[in-house]
Amino acid sequence: VSAPDVAIVGIGLHPFGRHDGVSGRTMGVHAVRAALADAGVRWSDIDFACGGSRDGGNADSMVADLGLTGLPFVNVRNGCATGGSALVAAVNAIRAGAGRLGVVVGFDKHAAGAFGSDPAAYGLGPWYGETGLMVTTQFFGMKIQRYMHDHGISRASLAGVAAKAFGNGARNPTAWRRKALSEDEILAAPMVADPLTQYMFCSPGEGGVALVLARGDEAARYCERPVYLRSAVVRTRRFGSFEVFSPSLALERADSPTVDAARAAFAAAGIGPDEVGVAQLQDTEAGAEIMHLAECGLCKDGEQEEWLARGVTGISGALPVNTDGGCLANGEPIGASGLRQVHEVVAQLQGRAGDRQVPGGPRVGFTHVYGAPGISACTVLSR
Amino acid sequence: VPAALPVEPVAEGLFTWPADEPRLIGSRCLDCGVVTFPAQGSCPACTSVAVEKRLLGRTGTLYTWTVQGFRPKAPYAGPDGGFEPYGVGYVELPGEVRVEARLTVADPTRLRIGMPMELVVVPFGDRVTYAFAPVTGAGP
Repeated sequence: VSAPDVAIVGIGLHPFGRHDGVSGRTMGVHAVRAALADAGVRWSDIDFACGGSRDGGNADSMVADLGLTGLPFVNVRNGCATGGSALVAAVNAIRAGAGRLGVVVGFDKHAAGAFGSDPAAYGLGPWYGETGLMVTTQFFGMKIQRYMHDHGISRASLAGVAAKAFGNGARNPTAWRRKALSEDEILAAPMVADPLTQYMFCSPGEGGVALVLARGDEAARYCERPVYLRSAVVRTRRFGSFEVFSPSLALERADSPTVDAARAAFAAAGIGPDEVGVAQLQDTEAGAEIMHLAECGLCKDGEQEEWLARGVTGISGALPVNTDGGCLANGEPIGASGLRQVHEVVAQLQGRAGDRQVPGGPRVGFTHVYGAPGISACTVLSR
Repeated sequence: VPAALPVEPVAEGLFTWPADEPRLIGSRCLDCGVVTFPAQGSCPACTSVAVEKRLLGRTGTLYTWTVQGFRPKAPYAGPDGGFEPYGVGYVELPGEVRVEARLTVADPTRLRIGMPMELVVVPFGDRVTYAFAPVTGAGP
């Protein structure tokens, strides 16, 4: 007997942004209730749950609000891959027959300003943080600086990615940044980490997302247009990849964990990158979207320059990317961010993405996150 | 001039100090030869635990760079008072490893991928840390 397919039969989201007086955990509960309503089920119908948060508290404590049904609830704490790792756990549980209906949830609430990081939590000495090297924005600046040098990417393309994100965010009622910005405004903003300006970076933020997962052969009970989770893959870095929080790097560059996770996700799904009709890629900053397009196998290195000029990644383009405004327009509540991507792809594949709906009825979607200390999570979804 | 600089480094075991020609202290795998910085007790490439300490070369080329434009959050321990942007980069030490470091230059017009760089020890508050500086006379 082969393992069942896994379908997403309900999606729920608490708006991203800043919500004074609302805890991250409360946003998680809101998202779960919305996802349950979307699937037309009750919390008492759920066999298991998994999810997490970086700064918003323990996910499993939400049972106090949702109902003390005794279900198994696994907390996941895996940085930017928290949502992706929770998805992997949920998929495995359904395929293994450990449950028929599961909830995956991610939420967060971060202080304003760039993330601060504790060197000891990453196995690094205190000196690394004290001397000002443990700053994620530096890594992004240095990685795209080298990529631009190697592959002929212009600063105009960086601005183009950010302008697209804010334009898409303006069409998304649950996004944080909903005002379109011109490329000139983006380029003229204060420089944060050369070549990246303030408006090319996302900000830590707040939000919550939840999904209801079911066996594929039972999906029709809950959902008219189920979206199938064809694969969910998490990878850590291999020796030689160019990673955040690295006091040194190998002389020989190896593929990033993004390359490994994307390749494995496409292979497991039996679907190729050329079949993707809508993609959400980690755009912690504008350069990341450019590099991740290639690392995920969606284009060749250097091809992004022409793609951006032609609008290929716009909502009406051949491969719309970050249709909900991505991290740039939604901010990055770490626990929720990866699941926001899945939420958006499901909405797009179901044709209910409102003003930002990709035309033509896309059939295949892809999501990708990247984070410290060199992890990536990818999913392939299809109708 | 080393004599004019503070004696205390930001961490023991990172670089030789005091020294007229300071060197970074890395490690080298006895099984596969891979070099890491700082020194660690195992090899991230081949998983061996047979490693030895190694003093790294003092000169290399700039692999990539940026300029830190805002004061980092804690645990950053830079000088109090007005924040001055600082350069950060990876310097490729030939045949060894690419080392992340503060740069003595924070002016983007004076930084170029591939430019020759050399190790220096610079004041950092009341301690010293390692950094890389453009090789004198090499120009950007």
